[in-house]
Amino acid sequence: AKHTDQHEGRLYSIPLQEVKAVFPHGLPHRFQQQIQTFNEARVMVRRPALEILGYLKGSNLAHPAVRYVIYGERGTGKTMTLCHVVHYCSRQGWLVLHIPDAHLWVKNCKELFHSSYNKDRLDQPLQASVWLKNFKTSNERFLEEIKTQRKYIWGKRESTEEGRPLREVVEQGLARVRSASDAVGVLLRELKLQSPRGSFRLLVAVDGVNALWGRTTLSKEDKSPVAPEELTLVHNLRKMLRNDWSGGAIVTTLSQTGSLFKPSSAYTPQELLGKEGFDALDPFVPIPVPNYSPREFESCYGYYLERRWLQHEKAHTEDGKAELQFLSGSNPRQLDRLAGPL
Amino acid sequence: TLRLICTTTAVQKRNVGASGPEKYTEAFIKKQIEEFNLGKRHLANMMGEDPETFTQEDIDRAIAYLFPSGLFDKQARPLMKHPTEVFPEQRKIQWGEDGRPFHFLFYTGKQSYYSLMHETYEKFLNVQKHQDQLTAQDLPLQKEKRNLAGSRWLTKIELEEMLLEKVSDDDYSRFIRLLQKLVALPCADIEEKYIQKFSKEVPVQLQKVVIEPLQHDERGVAFSTGEGKRKTARATAVVYDNGTGKITVNGIDILHYFPVLQDREQLLFPFQFLGRIGKHDMVCTVSGGGRSAQAGAIRLASAKALRSFVTEKEVEFMRQAGLLTVDPRVKERKKPGQEGPRRKFTWKKR
Repeated sequence: AKHTDQHEGRLYSIPLQEVKAVFPHGLPHRFQQQIQTFNEARVMVRRPALEILGYLKGSNLAHPAVRYVIYGERGTGKTMTLCHVVHYCSRQGWLVLHIPDAHLWVKNCKELFHSSYNKDRLDQPLQASVWLKNFKTSNERFLEEIKTQRKYIWGKRESTEEGRPLREVVEQGLARVRSASDAVGVLLRELKLQSPRGSFRLLVAVDGVNALWGRTTLSKEDKSPVAPEELTLVHNLRKMLRNDWSGGAIVTTLSQTGSLFKPSSAYTPQELLGKEGFDALDPFVPIPVPNYSPREFESCYGYYLERRWLQHEKAHTEDGKAELQFLSGSNPRQLDRLAGPL
Repeated sequence: TLRLICTTTAVQKRNVGASGPEKYTEAFIKKQIEEFNLGKRHLANMMGEDPETFTQEDIDRAIAYLFPSGLFDKQARPLMKHPTEVFPEQRKIQWGEDGRPFHFLFYTGKQSYYSLMHETYEKFLNVQKHQDQLTAQDLPLQKEKRNLAGSRWLTKIELEEMLLEKVSDDDYSRFIRLLQKLVALPCADIEEKYIQKFSKEVPVQLQKVVIEPLQHDERGVAFSTGEGKRKTARATAVVYDNGTGKITVNGIDILHYFPVLQDREQLLFPFQFLGRIGKHDMVCTVSGGGRSAQAGAIRLASAKALRSFVTEKEVEFMRQAGLLTVDPRVKERKKPGQEGPRRKFTWKKR
């Protein structure tokens, strides 16, 4: 969908099949509920998203990948902006590497295995396999086209030859859960090596990128805490996020809601990323996401009215609208929660 | 063995306490007054001040300094006052050595009441005579109305204190009716002094709350301030005109300061009531109390500030809606013998 500045504040809908194909795992939970209720997915076009799209259109693919960091207070729509960008890129035909929430990889992991590839690191088979499954659904056709460049040995008996399509790597990872994280690593490396060639364009979209440099809640068997570098998934992802490849773009979001050990009022890149993360991501384009502007608020309110989401009689009046705006402080999440019981 | 037939008067007295409150003799009172004055001079010496110009307030302050007491009841604390204030006025003995009473109405039982009624009726007749004289001379009758609205008659208790004897309800109402009849006469001004003994000024009860006018700051925007409190929280609010509806508390936006919807609804209430949600900006400072108390305090402060922006009728509406009244509910004190203010200890049968 081609959007320009005039479309700011309007909502555009995505057909449901595309939603399932492009976003198997990316959308926020509440938005998924809303899709189910309304039977359609409508995303609002907002200024930050338009900014990113403009940069993407104008970016030169021969240069190293530009990094964009979307940040803002809680509930202002960062994940939704990311999804908007992802959808646009998939429509344009890019290969999308979408990681729904990096925080899921650093906390609440039930199984941790020592990596076969590298003795120091730890594997997370569950999360890796889940992610591989979703990646398969979202990027079916690319998996056929891209070929591996090296031979990879998974275990005693399995190995992948050179020149085989990436689909086999993915299926290998899914079949043998133990080596799923290594499969992910292989995938990422292949994509990185091949994208400068220009046959396809790569978009790396990571939500909750501050998880990669913070602390983890996991611990090893001897109860010592695990640093993020020791996790294979995190390590490989960090390699992706470095600037040394070209032919695509990296769009990331900071998220405070899932972040560990950080105060709830922190929302700037410096605070949430920490010194390490900030240095690693250093030359990036920051994109703040504010609360709704009056126009956006009106359009959102109009949408709820249209779909008869607001049942209360007083919600239809001007006073009701002013009240909603006051109480929610023009924060999208608050508005959503307020409008729910009405 | 001798049986005592005639018993002493001490045993004959049945009830010692039935004779009524102690009677103080005049000599006793005089002695108390002398002691008080001496004590006053000693106290002044002790405090290093001039004995001649030592007033009652100075005495109170000195006593409070020398005998600090933590008792809550002010009347239970150490007290040094003139004996006439301490000892209640009592009737001196009404008859002389020969047993003959001084007053001619003594045997009526209520001598002072009847003498008062007689006096008042005398004045009444006086006024009527004066009135007849004036009509006989065809002079205009003076008609200067006393200010009845600002004065009230003495209450029954006050009358009892004045007469030093009990007055029944009937008698009291008769006396008041007589006074009213007296005042109703046109020429009652002659006995004005006598009537003033029985009337008291009523202080003006209705204090109209003054609504402050709007002030203007440097940019020319009109604003007004208000203060509010609730439970232990104190808040001050400054409401600016021509705003967008943004509210800042202690420098923080309300979305961040009050994450709970209920508190934000409390803030919204005054503006919503007047229908001015998006028109005013507000900057407030609040301290003390908990989250709900702070919200209530800010609500009261903003309602008080909005009074200057709004007509009197709407102020009356706000008052009736309860937006302008201070909430008197405070934490109740824990009582001894109970676990909390109301909760008793668990009752065990044995």
